[in-house]
Amino acid sequence: MEFAFTQEQEMIRDTAASFLKDASTSAAIRSAMASDLGYSPELWQRICSEMYWQALHIPEQYGGMGLGYVELVAVLEQMGRYLLCSPYLATVAMATNALLIAGSDSQKSEILPQLIEGKTATLAFNCGGNVWNANAINASYRHDGNDLILNGEYRYVLDGHSADYLILAAREEGSSGDDGISLFVCEAENDGIQRSLLPTMDQSRRQASIQLNNLRLSKQTLMGEFATAAKSLAKILDLATIALAAEQAGGMQQVLDITVDYTKARNQFGRSIAGFQAIKHKAADMMLRNEVARSAVYYAACIADDALSSGPLADELAEAASIAKSYCSEAYFKNAGEALQMHGGVGFTWEYDVHLYFKRAKASEHLLGNSSYHRERVAGVLLD
Amino acid sequence: MKLQFSPEDEQFRAEIATWLADNLVGEFAQLKFRGGPGDEHMFPRERKRWERKLAEGGWTCVAWPKEYGGRGLSIEQQVIFFEEYARAGAPGRMGHIGEGLAGPTLIAFGSEAQKQQYLPGILSGTEFWCQGYSEPSAGSDLANVKTKARFDEASDKWILNGQKVWTSLAHESEYCFVIARTDPESKAHKGLGFFLIKMDQPGVTVRPIEQITGTSEFNEVFLDDAECAATDIVGQPGEGWKVAMGLLGYERGVSTLGQQMAFQNELNEVIAVAKKNGAAQDPVIRQRIADAHIGLKIMRYNSMRMLSGSSGDGSLQKEALIYKLYWATWHRDLGELAMDILGAEADILLDAPYELSRLQSLFLFTRSDTIYGGTNQIQRNIIAERGLGMPKELRP
Repeated sequence: MEFAFTQEQEMIRDTAASFLKDASTSAAIRSAMASDLGYSPELWQRICSEMYWQALHIPEQYGGMGLGYVELVAVLEQMGRYLLCSPYLATVAMATNALLIAGSDSQKSEILPQLIEGKTATLAFNCGGNVWNANAINASYRHDGNDLILNGEYRYVLDGHSADYLILAAREEGSSGDDGISLFVCEAENDGIQRSLLPTMDQSRRQASIQLNNLRLSKQTLMGEFATAAKSLAKILDLATIALAAEQAGGMQQVLDITVDYTKARNQFGRSIAGFQAIKHKAADMMLRNEVARSAVYYAACIADDALSSGPLADELAEAASIAKSYCSEAYFKNAGEALQMHGGVGFTWEYDVHLYFKRAKASEHLLGNSSYHRERVAGVLLD
Repeated sequence: MKLQFSPEDEQFRAEIATWLADNLVGEFAQLKFRGGPGDEHMFPRERKRWERKLAEGGWTCVAWPKEYGGRGLSIEQQVIFFEEYARAGAPGRMGHIGEGLAGPTLIAFGSEAQKQQYLPGILSGTEFWCQGYSEPSAGSDLANVKTKARFDEASDKWILNGQKVWTSLAHESEYCFVIARTDPESKAHKGLGFFLIKMDQPGVTVRPIEQITGTSEFNEVFLDDAECAATDIVGQPGEGWKVAMGLLGYERGVSTLGQQMAFQNELNEVIAVAKKNGAAQDPVIRQRIADAHIGLKIMRYNSMRMLSGSSGDGSLQKEALIYKLYWATWHRDLGELAMDILGAEADILLDAPYELSRLQSLFLFTRSDTIYGGTNQIQRNIIAERGLGMPKELRP
């Protein structure tokens, strides 16, 4: 047992940290926030061509680096820490995982190399509401000769307005629950697909709604077999959930760091406010939650590796994802809220960065299931 | 990162599990799941016999270096030992203060003569120790020790006067290690000495403290001209604080994984009650049970990080700093959850005058978890100061 980053993993993490510290500055974040795209295409290209982060866990046969989820999580943690505005979560932690888990060989060979080059992709499944499994899918398909006709509307599609490829989860007309779920992969520019940007309170990540109006797809777009994708989808969502939790843990580190620095520098009553127990104890609780969050995320990352490689602990995936996301969601928001409070008046200004984390924390909390959603998943296994 | 243990370690796991299964029988069967925190006053004589049994099997002091009679186990194998010990329901250790504190302190700071005199009794499970640190005016401010030690040339002995408090197992122990002031003019952590005293002597009086549980695991210990041989001071006069604190930086909390097994047993009992009485249908209770389960799982991950960390220099890592605050708060919450699941039944005792059920005892006893060994407030000071570099508390 060695539950710690290897030297190589530490190097990947440290490289990510130093790159993002320079590339994802407050000015860069704010410029991305103000753009239509929601991220800097130049920075995205640098990430693809210099850092190879999209390629991290793609097998070498498809041009990837063949590393694991622990490496991915190490990078995602730094992205959350420096609030990188990018389609990484959508492209890598959702669409790439979907291709790796459910895609055919030809789909993988065709699309994964493009994603490595810098094309983007995302997953659309939730048709509104706070359920984050197959029950969230209302979009439906029916057979029409050799083709499929899809209809429905998705919400909360990460970077859905700009992605080059879409993974669509839809159900056979008339089916319910886990039955009848199929996954399709197609180009986003398509007759029958209407995409609209959803304005968001957290401007550091773009969300879109995607409407399918009699979208006609060929059978070649089907991933796996018809009507049997619920299990794959669950796995894809669990992996995405772990990735998001890693971002959350990274964000927690940053709000702790900037808050401790601020309180050390801020003087009132003739001394640094960092010396007051009312402040120290809040900071201590923040550090506790931060370290605990990290433990949950790293464990989940190890389980994700097993899930992708059919390792011995693969069956723990759903539980590990729910443990990580339920803890990180409340903890990140709690820490961001405390950070704002401890900054006092300046924490309420647009100029200081605290509100960027505060808003990201709340948005991430609900994305892919909030704490109570994931606790109930755990409770169901324990109690029913 | 690697979560699995090696095949050799798993073989070791089988070895200790088999030994426990073969030996925790007969007269020892009644000790299963007994004698832990909140239950330490139970079966003292039987548990002392169990200590000798452990010693015969070579299962005391497994972390000590081989040259001192231990097994010199790796961190992994220590983890496995404590896990299997708790999984088997083997009883709370009577010898844990000697094995975990007195022995390692002597190994690190003791003279050759002290090691030869005291280590064998700890190893063989025949001599037991208690810890004399806290005093009525030295709680969170532990260095504010008032107990005085003066050297008497005529008898060639140290003479100790003062009062110790919260001394667990004092009435069951042969020896106590005590910090006392060797320099009466000194303040705080300067001018202290670290003494090894015999409990069975006229100058030592033990008085049990009745706790909110109605039971007594802790004691007051009064020292009235208590004697300590000149050779039984560890380190020099004035070095007592260094000796007392010396091991804290190296304590990596291996035994905590065993503690977590005991927590799991308690949580299982809480869940069983909720399923039986219908509380498991209550959406709020479901959330709290899931939260407790999640909290315990992550406690294990925390420990695994703590034990795996690369800082071989023995310095406390971040994960270790948060550990006490985390588990104590989790455990206290579990006690509250247990009562809330029981509902009105939570107030009804097993028997008069004050016989508590296991869960009632859990509820009451866990209030001490967030107090002893550094209160939650002190833990937060330590985290803020050592973990985050925030200013130290003002000291007059």
